[in-house]
Amino acid sequence: MWISILIAVATVSGIALASGLLLGFASRRLPPSSESLVDQVNDLLPQLQCAKCGYPGCRPYAGAIVDEDAAINLCPPGGDETVQRIASLLDREPLPLGDAASPASTSSLAVIDESLCIGCGWCREVCPVDAIIGAHHFMHTVIARECTGCELCVPRCPVDCIQLVPAR
Amino acid sequence: MRPAATFDLGKLHGGLRLPSEKTGSTAMGIQVVPVPAQLVLPLTQHSGNPAQPLVGIGEKVLKGQLIADADGALSAPVHASSSGKVVAIEQWPVSRRYGDPAPCIIIECDGRDEAVELAEPVVPYDTLPAESLLQKILQGGIVGLGGAVFPTAQKLMQANTQALEFLLLNGVECEPYISCDDVLMREQATEVLRGAQILMYSLGLQKCYVAVESDKAEALHEMADALTALNDDRIVLKMVPTIYPSGGEDQLVQLITNREVPSGGLPTDVGCLVQNVGTAAAVYRWICQGEPLISRVTTITGDGVLSPMNVLARLGTAVSEIVAFAGGYTDRAKQLIIGGQMMGKSVTTDRVPLVKATNCILVMSQLAPPLDERPCIRCGECAVVCPVVLQPQELYWFACADDEVKLREHGLIDCIECGCCDLVCPSHIALMASFRQAKARIHELADEKARAERARLRFEARTMRREIDEKKREEELAEQKRAAITAGPNEIQEMVERARRGKPQRERTKKGPE
Repeated sequence: MWISILIAVATVSGIALASGLLLGFASRRLPPSSESLVDQVNDLLPQLQCAKCGYPGCRPYAGAIVDEDAAINLCPPGGDETVQRIASLLDREPLPLGDAASPASTSSLAVIDESLCIGCGWCREVCPVDAIIGAHHFMHTVIARECTGCELCVPRCPVDCIQLVPAR
Repeated sequence: MRPAATFDLGKLHGGLRLPSEKTGSTAMGIQVVPVPAQLVLPLTQHSGNPAQPLVGIGEKVLKGQLIADADGALSAPVHASSSGKVVAIEQWPVSRRYGDPAPCIIIECDGRDEAVELAEPVVPYDTLPAESLLQKILQGGIVGLGGAVFPTAQKLMQANTQALEFLLLNGVECEPYISCDDVLMREQATEVLRGAQILMYSLGLQKCYVAVESDKAEALHEMADALTALNDDRIVLKMVPTIYPSGGEDQLVQLITNREVPSGGLPTDVGCLVQNVGTAAAVYRWICQGEPLISRVTTITGDGVLSPMNVLARLGTAVSEIVAFAGGYTDRAKQLIIGGQMMGKSVTTDRVPLVKATNCILVMSQLAPPLDERPCIRCGECAVVCPVVLQPQELYWFACADDEVKLREHGLIDCIECGCCDLVCPSHIALMASFRQAKARIHELADEKARAERARLRFEARTMRREIDEKKREEELAEQKRAAITAGPNEIQEMVERARRGKPQRERTKKGPE
């Protein structure tokens, strides 16, 4: 009788141990749908791709947030609202918006003064959404519909011919 | 025998019986406003894309000449309303933007009013196939004259893709001050009905209901007479009760056929197509007489004008001229509204031109008293009168909280902005205004969302492209390295020579700084 009790206990413990190991391994090596979590955070970000957070774009920043490498309050264009939403999605403490120098500039648009453009193409290189077109040594221009107003092209221009204007 | 006006109708939820203010303007018949010295024709007199100008500055144009063509799938052309010279294509205040400027073609009239020769001769419409008849209607610049100004041809083409049963002709002018459809039916009943026949032919329909409100006894009488003379038993005259807003498309369908247009749907979803009586008359004049939409009947009324009346005026005539024709302003005139008292738009200047949408010019003696707005007491009066069975008190709550999801759930997009809730609210809350704002906000958010989505896709595409470029470059470098390692001394010497001559081994685009 002791034998059969022992067998039963051993079997159940064995199953528990095996599943525990399996689950532990899974949770370590296969982060639970972290991709979809990144997507969810990415959806909350304003998609300006302005890199003001220090990451090259919204999605990399979303990835950093999910990996807990970055704070959730680094997105000035998103404003406090975005911080609140991310905080409630990830169940983290909502932080006040970091002291980013520029206030949230909602919907602005880059405009190239085409008479001054020398066609260096540097702005085209930095534009995160390919909204600047032009051939080398020729005038460049901004596709107004696609411009997010991220300001990345403004400091790149060697002749200062790019300006931000309020959109609409 | 006269066809009887019938009353076997569906029931409209809510609505209001508003005091009629039409007697002033219907006392005399339609008066014709002379052609003015200058016409201002906005490029956007319809819903959809602005028309594209076809004329240049300084060009002579004739009456009925096409001066701006339809652009894209939803648009309508614009015709010159009289002969003269194009003097400018520039921004001019328009009523659809509350007196803010929009692009217009400005014509200085020569007073001869010469008509252009028609590109195609007028042929009996029933010799044309329905398809080319629709194309022809499109060329006439005809839009819904009830106020929504949806291009008629496109409405018919969209309707043609669905199973239709009835054509409803909307002669229900439920706004208290407007009477232009009323006098139109009194004086041009035959044109209206012939227009209905053309519309039925173009859609292959066998049944048409003409809906007229019960307070328009004379119009009913004239329409019945015209119907008897026409002897067309496919057309039935229906009398509908005088309740605001029974003239709304969906409301009319409900009244006449007792079918409810689904939320977010169109009357065509329940087998009905609604057209205004003025639109039908315009279709008749274009198809059978070759005159495109260059004039319309409009009501000029209110206690701010000396003699209220209905006028037939060329499109592009300044509102100030029409007011002057109606005797000018009284001393009490304070506010100019384009459209009706309930749904009209208040404009800041009378320089705005008469456009296809202008069914009424209303000059009121006093501005609406500043509302003494109080908190909502949740009495539910607004829900009782709402013709689309919404809960305005709830919507107001969510509109204040800017809760987009809840607003959608509670059917804000179905609000027809009739203003009934405003009138009955005992707390004088400006409900309709807040709904208009909330709708605009929802649209804005949707735009924002679409824009963000595009930016995301473009960013991801760019990231992917750069990764591929990077990989390619690495492979190339590795390839060169391998080549250098395996190369003998002669080849290395050769490479150095080549480098000295300044000729790269492979043409590579210069890279800008990262």
